[in-house]
Amino acid sequence: MELKSTNQEEWSLIIRPQRAWWDLRLGDLWRYRDLVWLFVWRDFVSTYKQTVLGPLWHIVQPIATTVVFTVIFGNIARLSTDGLPPFLFYMTGNTVWSYFSACLMSTSDTFRGNAGIFGKVYFPRLITPISIVISNLLSFGIQFLIFAGFLIYFKLSGSLVYPNSWMLFLPALLVIMAGMGLGLGIIISSLTTKYRDLQKLVGFGVQLLMYGTPVIYPLSSVDEQWRWLILANPMTPVVEFFRMAFLGTSSLSPLYLFYSLGFVFVVALFGILIFNRVEITFMDTV
Amino acid sequence: MSNTVISVENISKSYRLGVIGTGTFFGDLNRWWARKLGKPDPYAKIGEVDHGNRYGESILALNNVDFKVKQGEALGIIGRNGAGKSTLLKIFSQVTAPTSGLVRVKGRISSLLEVGTGFHPELTGRENIYLNGAILGMSRAEVKRKFDEIVDFSGVEKFIDTPVKRYSSGMYVRLAFSVAAHLEPDILVVDEVLAVGDIEFQNKCLGKMGEVAEGGRTVIFVSHNMGAISRFCSRVILLQSGEVFKDGSTQDVIDAYHENLQHRSQMVDGNRLVDSPMGFVRWSVGNKSNNSLYRTYSLNPLELSFRLTVTEPINQAHFGIAIYLTDGQLIWAMKSTDIYKEYLDFQPGNYEMSFNLPSLPLREGNYWLKISANSRLKQFDVWDVEPALEIISKTESILPGKWQGVVNMPCEIKIAPVGEE
Repeated sequence: MELKSTNQEEWSLIIRPQRAWWDLRLGDLWRYRDLVWLFVWRDFVSTYKQTVLGPLWHIVQPIATTVVFTVIFGNIARLSTDGLPPFLFYMTGNTVWSYFSACLMSTSDTFRGNAGIFGKVYFPRLITPISIVISNLLSFGIQFLIFAGFLIYFKLSGSLVYPNSWMLFLPALLVIMAGMGLGLGIIISSLTTKYRDLQKLVGFGVQLLMYGTPVIYPLSSVDEQWRWLILANPMTPVVEFFRMAFLGTSSLSPLYLFYSLGFVFVVALFGILIFNRVEITFMDTV
Repeated sequence: MSNTVISVENISKSYRLGVIGTGTFFGDLNRWWARKLGKPDPYAKIGEVDHGNRYGESILALNNVDFKVKQGEALGIIGRNGAGKSTLLKIFSQVTAPTSGLVRVKGRISSLLEVGTGFHPELTGRENIYLNGAILGMSRAEVKRKFDEIVDFSGVEKFIDTPVKRYSSGMYVRLAFSVAAHLEPDILVVDEVLAVGDIEFQNKCLGKMGEVAEGGRTVIFVSHNMGAISRFCSRVILLQSGEVFKDGSTQDVIDAYHENLQHRSQMVDGNRLVDSPMGFVRWSVGNKSNNSLYRTYSLNPLELSFRLTVTEPINQAHFGIAIYLTDGQLIWAMKSTDIYKEYLDFQPGNYEMSFNLPSLPLREGNYWLKISANSRLKQFDVWDVEPALEIISKTESILPGKWQGVVNMPCEIKIAPVGEE
């Protein structure tokens, strides 16, 4: 113990059985920042190289989903869209939701999906989910451009939609969604090192959560009695805010976004703590 | 004291044996529920005693390992399979953490357990150099600075903008090693699997590592290859069953290793405890013409003897044997069924099994043997035979190294004058 106190500064690395929970090694994360971009680049290239349908898929998927939503929920079930053109209404919901769910789904497989690399070399494991969240921005970007195209078309053809300056907050929305997806994803990922079947629940859970978020219906159409439940969902303000910024209609005060932000802070912090705890020995159990 | 760069302090690592949880959430829930109702564990294996409260046994892969490494030292770590070498490597590389104890490190440490980690088949050689470099801890600027050197060393400059999925496996490995070889950490921890590829490139790799060691940097080299160990290392640690068995000068420890290997005390294969009804315990060269147990002369008749232990009646057994170059290149392999044409039955007991070769047409050097015992349905034992077979030559060859080859064939030369035709 004596030795430790006198020599501590000399050692650049101490490998110990368990790190203190506050020892997040954020310095390491910064040192490996180049790796984040290289992973993003790798994801980008591997998705788009040699696949003609790669980029096309990102165009077809949101349009097809939106058409299906429009037909089923708009024309058959006749759900309210707050007086907005159903096509644009569903497209906003879908654009926001796909980014969040993609972040959540792909980060929730961090440990098991990368066991091959993680078993051979050390780098801060958090690099992987961070790069995934950034990679997903690309398909969000494509979807968003498609949405913007349709928005302009609808606006020019006289629909009652009012894009406004709230849209400058889009980056903040993205940070909230990425943080929420990442935080929940790495919590699940940490749990799945012990329980593999949780991974299967994720896909199902995300789908259920979508119905608990005003993606295919506006918040205003929810009964007063149940509204608190939908409002408790931290994704609700995000979807509603996005609609308000680009279509100009929402029944929710933008201040609710602070609730989402607070949630992100808690879930990301908790996620990073548990991830940090699991990362040092997960190779023994995975 | 001041120039100690790695201090390993009472490191232990235990692994739990068997499946502790059922691995699924519902499995654990189901088991908990069954226990609550007083029913037998639905996941217990047939024939296994249900203890009700089952905590898995654990094995100590490392047990109180304690040593220090000084600045500029080239330390070799040897030991048979399962002795704890890979566990120690994993701890150094921070892939896993010790169960107890500490490792203190001074300076930047890089471990290479594998080459080409994270290589992506769709990316070009150039892109993979950057990616792999970053995974190994180099900054972009660092890779950029060494880029030409890396490409040069790998010898694949023509294909640097081709996706690596189109590379031959040799090119792939060469490129991967080149990236690893250009890391410049203060402390380099290397697994022997790194020395891969053809012999020429292998020597290049080993040469590069020697350079690193001579350049005053600290190297820890984990290997089975005693030749390479004695070439680089000034000090060697022999691990046995997770403990430091011997720590000292290279020759002393290598001698202890060979002595230690004469009996395959436990049947341990990798990290897997083989609890098998049939297995090999030791081997030797049966040819009594010289006094070493594992050595023979090139072109002499050779008898390879194996002690086989059988604890249960085995039906329809067959065996395989193979000889490899030390880089893993297979030279020769055979199955017992090639000769007997039928499977063999065994009663419990010890057997001496020998393979007789009229002559061994191999050049001098070390060769690896692998032997396996199987039934038609099951593999009982596969042993990467230790120590290696050593072949020595009666005559000093005057051929330069690159003309040594592998095969030594008896050959006569006749020269006679020919009249006008």
